[in-house]
Amino acid sequence: MYVVEVVITNKRVARDPEGETIYKDLISRYGFDKVRGVRSGKYLEILVESKSHEEALNYVKDLCSKLRLYNPSVHDVRVELRCLK
Amino acid sequence: MPKVAVIKFPGTNADLDVVWVLRKVSRLEAYSIWHSEFRADGWDAVVIPGGFSYGDWLRAGAIAAKSEVVKELVNALDNGIPLLGICNGFQILTEAEVLPGVLLPNESCRFICRWVRVRFVNPRGPWLKLVSNDFVADMPIAHGEGRYYVGFYEEVSKLPLITYYGYNPNGSSYDIAGVGTSDGLVLGLMPHPERASEPELTPRTLSQGGRVVWLSISNALREGW
Repeated sequence: MYVVEVVITNKRVARDPEGETIYKDLISRYGFDKVRGVRSGKYLEILVESKSHEEALNYVKDLCSKLRLYNPSVHDVRVELRCLK
Repeated sequence: MPKVAVIKFPGTNADLDVVWVLRKVSRLEAYSIWHSEFRADGWDAVVIPGGFSYGDWLRAGAIAAKSEVVKELVNALDNGIPLLGICNGFQILTEAEVLPGVLLPNESCRFICRWVRVRFVNPRGPWLKLVSNDFVADMPIAHGEGRYYVGFYEEVSKLPLITYYGYNPNGSSYDIAGVGTSDGLVLGLMPHPERASEPELTPRTLSQGGRVVWLSISNALREGW
């Protein structure tokens, strides 16, 4: 069993209301002035039954695009293997 | 006439409903005040009404809980200014740690909009002055994040509580729908008393369960509590 992490964020060109609000109305308002920006996203932890880590990774990458877990026109996606379970 | 401020954050949408019942039911002076324009002096009570705040990003109420107005309200509590948080206002007060516990997404993972029956336990303080113990009332709820969570019942058992009666709609710990501070000066609840205070808005078979809150604060501000 493998745990595969999927992080979906809006592309840089797209606005991100959640990240912008957390930055503008919370972080930058209360003195944390070294912060230059915040991007929010969606985090999925996918548990995969698989023989090898390459297979697990490709399996999840495949399902992400086939089921449109992200929309390639507006989202960036990062798929990473976290650990063996 | 005693004056009540109703705080409006970006996204708050129940402020005018609360102003309406404060005027019509409580017979008090009431105004909706934009959060950045609020100054604590001169007000006899403050309500943080329902709706949303800052898009409810991060967690419902989390961003508003850090705002200047909430800091000012916490200071005003030392002067004995009663504070009521309804729905998003309750979420803000728990996020600001003025009230114990936290409000999680509903157990069903869905937004719930319906009438519920609640019971008042240990009622005291200005908001519940006229409520007798175990009083049962009907009020509507409308929330996605209303599942009250607190680790141990002992943390809240002595406090004024409003509990779901007969049916717990969202999976709240110990059926808790609302909680107050030990002196009852601050009260927070998920149901909307302002939407259950007039016959026009209350289904025929149900009680106008919110009225008692508005009559209590009216009486308390005029005669003390």
